[in-house]
Amino acid sequence: MKKKGLATKDVVAIGIGAAVFLILFKFIAIPTGIPNTQINVAQSWLSLLSIIFSPIVGFFVALLGHSLNDAVSYGSIWWSWVIADGLYAFIFALLVKRAHLLRGKLTTWKLLWFNVSQAIANVVAWLVIAPTLDILIYAEPANKVFLQGGLSVVVNIISTAIIGSTLLSLYVKNKGQQELLRKED
Amino acid sequence: MTDFLGYQERDSIVHRLNATSKLLAFLLLTVAGILSFDIRFLLLLTAFAGLLLVLSKISWQSIRILVYLTVVFALLNLILIYVFAPQYGVELYQTKTVLIGSGDYALTSQQLFYELLVLLKYCFSVPLSLAFLLTTQPSQLAAGLNRIGVSYKVAYAFSLTLRYLPTVQNEFQTTRKVQEARGFALGKKASLAKKVVASTRLLLALAFSTLEKVETISDAMALRRFGKKKKRTWYYSQPWRVGDWFTLAVAILLLLLALFLVSVDGGRFWNPFV
Repeated sequence: MKKKGLATKDVVAIGIGAAVFLILFKFIAIPTGIPNTQINVAQSWLSLLSIIFSPIVGFFVALLGHSLNDAVSYGSIWWSWVIADGLYAFIFALLVKRAHLLRGKLTTWKLLWFNVSQAIANVVAWLVIAPTLDILIYAEPANKVFLQGGLSVVVNIISTAIIGSTLLSLYVKNKGQQELLRKED
Repeated sequence: MTDFLGYQERDSIVHRLNATSKLLAFLLLTVAGILSFDIRFLLLLTAFAGLLLVLSKISWQSIRILVYLTVVFALLNLILIYVFAPQYGVELYQTKTVLIGSGDYALTSQQLFYELLVLLKYCFSVPLSLAFLLTTQPSQLAAGLNRIGVSYKVAYAFSLTLRYLPTVQNEFQTTRKVQEARGFALGKKASLAKKVVASTRLLLALAFSTLEKVETISDAMALRRFGKKKKRTWYYSQPWRVGDWFTLAVAILLLLLALFLVSVDGGRFWNPFV
């Protein structure tokens, strides 16, 4: 970020993207029936932003949005998960960069690429980074944090596969049209 | 609808502090509190954070719900730790004093002690964050971030987030109502599949309007030559006063104390059981 500097558009995308991330995080959580595990729509939004802009934009959106959400809704910031979320966006965006998801039609191949990448990034972020940081920073018992991480991996992969893929394909379909919001079934 | 916790305008010692010094103190104390598992230090820090909260004249009414939620959340975490690692304290302190029961789930004083430490971590961090967040004006906070070395573009993005939060929240609620009117409700009665469809539609609408907004705002900022220079000045930057230096000094001292205790205790944990 220091070498090249962020473009003005990136700065705005981070700022407003993080605000939307926070609102989604806070207001749309679809309970799955398993306690403490929700389908998070915000994660799909984060993935889309990381594709449209850049890995570094995704990183900051997650970092600002997640930490601010923690602060305003719990009063304390759970740093290990904030960092993991930022790295999820970063890793995911790096993985899909070569796929040029937004160029041309969204083929099955590209959709597969998208989903494999999000799965890899989710596993790295929630099953490796988050629990490791939980142990290092908060000295929490290992089996507890790995179980929590594993649960988030499963929920995040499934919800991004459903909501994220739909969002991406509708975005690609509607992109370039002037009347963007009207999409009738 | 739930409203956010945000800046509360009051006249207090904590409010009058410079945002930069408050931010630095907040970060230093957070690091100190996370680092240390020494109960003596955590008690001191909790008392200090509590004092800050009292000094900041924040009304109990405004933070009540959050505190209740945090208590529930903290207790849940404590229970989870016990369920998954009932003998973790024994592992940490290398001694075992069984209080009740036997076998794997025997309650040991070491486990209780460890869980007390985890609880204390909440007890210091919540008042500390509240005393910081509720007394610092967002624009001053952005200026403060820049002052401690965060790139001004990131600091500016942060202030944009805070400024657009109410707007985005409004738009979110309007969009949700529109979707509901069209038969895509997110209510409690809807099935899981319906909720997923409804929230995807909601997200899509919000995504497009947000991306459009990003275009407009970045154009407007480009016209005003945002990002052309290496530095920027802040309308809300504040001068440093005696109180700011004092706050910073206290925070540094506490962090040094935490580091000192780590070296004395031979690790992050202070072991009272030997």
